[in-house]
Amino acid sequence: MITRLLKRFIASAVTLLGTAFLTFFLLNAVPGDVARVIAGAKATPEVIKDIHAKYHLDDPLWQRFGFYLGQLAHGNLGHSYVTDQSVAEAILTRLPTTAALSSLAVVMWVALAVPFGVLTARFRDSWFDRSVLIAATLTLSLPAFWLARMLQYWLGYQLGWFPIGFFRSFFDLLLPAAALAILFVGYYARLIHTNMVEVLDSPYVRAARARGASETAVLFQHALRNAMIPVVTILGMDVAGLLGGVLFIENVFALPGIGTLAVQSVFNLDPPVIMGTVLFSAALVVGANWVVDLLYGLIDPRIKTGI
Amino acid sequence: MPLLEINNLQIDFGRGLNALRAVDGVSLALEPGKTLCVVGESGSGKSVTALSIARLLATPPAVYAGGEILLENRDVLRMPAAELRQIRGGLVSYVFQEAGASLNPVFRIGNQIREALQLHRPEAATNAEIIRLLKLVGIPAPESRMRCYPHELSGGMQQRVMIAMALAPQPKLLVADEPTTALDVTIQAQIIELLVRLRQQLGMAILLITHNLGIVGDIADEVAVMYAGQIVETAPARALLLRPLHPYTRALINSVPRLDSTAGRLATIAGAVPRLGAFPSGCRFHPRCPIARPECSQSPPALVEVEPGRRVRCPFWNQPAANPSTLDPLIPGPTT
Repeated sequence: MITRLLKRFIASAVTLLGTAFLTFFLLNAVPGDVARVIAGAKATPEVIKDIHAKYHLDDPLWQRFGFYLGQLAHGNLGHSYVTDQSVAEAILTRLPTTAALSSLAVVMWVALAVPFGVLTARFRDSWFDRSVLIAATLTLSLPAFWLARMLQYWLGYQLGWFPIGFFRSFFDLLLPAAALAILFVGYYARLIHTNMVEVLDSPYVRAARARGASETAVLFQHALRNAMIPVVTILGMDVAGLLGGVLFIENVFALPGIGTLAVQSVFNLDPPVIMGTVLFSAALVVGANWVVDLLYGLIDPRIKTGI
Repeated sequence: MPLLEINNLQIDFGRGLNALRAVDGVSLALEPGKTLCVVGESGSGKSVTALSIARLLATPPAVYAGGEILLENRDVLRMPAAELRQIRGGLVSYVFQEAGASLNPVFRIGNQIREALQLHRPEAATNAEIIRLLKLVGIPAPESRMRCYPHELSGGMQQRVMIAMALAPQPKLLVADEPTTALDVTIQAQIIELLVRLRQQLGMAILLITHNLGIVGDIADEVAVMYAGQIVETAPARALLLRPLHPYTRALINSVPRLDSTAGRLATIAGAVPRLGAFPSGCRFHPRCPIARPECSQSPPALVEVEPGRRVRCPFWNQPAANPSTLDPLIPGPTT
């Protein structure tokens, strides 16, 4: 148990270290002088030189990476070169927006995908199943920025049913969350469909029918719980991905989340913030892996929780 | 009045030109409290027949093409869904081949038995009754076992749980579809013993599907032998084992390994069971039959009553076999 935990911990640390390494060196391969970004186009060579000295920009890359890791080990993600705000603070103040948006979207798409997945599996190859398949393929292929713009234009601007952006109240999140949910619902409906089809053919479902269980009980008690086991893994990963920043949707609706922070930091060429947001989402994915494994043990008694 | 009466049952897989007839004109009857064994190789249609009794075949691909299945004179094939759910479990219960796969892996076994009780005897859906049922099927320490998940039990224990679950609603008919196939031999014997004991204790009828003729002598009152979707012989169990009439039954009995046999190789039936949709013309067994004649491939023989209580689908059943050893009975006579 202890060794397994230790192994798992080391693996997570290596993943994060690798992410930090790759991001750091790729950032430094980007053309452009950070100092000039900070000081502006009209800065004198002296100012540029001062900035280089202040941020150790002329030190060898390895040394700077080592310094960054040392900072990181103390839990310090550094400060933005542009706003001078602490990166950790920037992420934490924006996390609630992203979290609220993601969780609302998850609730929406799971609430839709479960009945669609279950019923299309039960009535497989019917016209209903086929129409859902076509609709799912369509929503799956929509580009996020296009869908967000269309919803914003038609439902927000033309019809005026929803605010077109910004985050003042929960109500402002409905349209962006719906956009996000539309992007995921088709995929999840198909995922649940596929697993349900397999489970519905299993001997224990036949046994439940032979016992006289109602069709609703067969579908939603006996089959669904088994069909959801593989879905939970993917859901965990997707949620982690969203919490790391919903890039397109947040930007189109001007929501102050981690996605907008990440995009801004790239436009600003602000290395500490870029590093911070990338490492934050990597840490979320690693963390989601742990949570998913814990959940596995709860849903499927055959699996001993493999923390 | 028979508890179960199947008349001229026809079951297809697929429709129209693609339809393949898996069960072709099967008729069976079972009196309350009796045991009927349906014997045949894989692909003979015996499991399909068994599943159809509670209309458990998935439609599609299966199509109930003809005939009737009467349970206490009610036709299962023309029954509304609500009535069917009452019948399932309540009147006829099932025990399936792979108990491990037939128990839902994510629910505790006690709760699965509770479900069967809630559906048919809600007043008895108590822990005490679950424990009583587990004791009845010989599960030690039922108080703690009822909290187990299926994967925590051995194959034999899983099958006992399946049987407990099948018995919970107190059915009049227990359909056991190859209940011992997935188990090792000593456990097989225990499960069959358990079924025999339960039948005596509870007075229910049993329809046992098996490809293992060795079981038949232990439990059956009547036997029906199936081949390629048809019944080829029905007889009282002892009579069938002592003096099988159809050449297929003879060959089947001859291929049961015997402890006192001195032969080096096990006897087998030449050839293989014909594939669904590729049944031979005339008598479906003729390509593998040791006493086949040219006319056997011409016209299909009918199932004819040749002695009281014995029906055979072979006009030449009383002709001597080419190989006398095929008449070797399974039950040994008095030793001299």
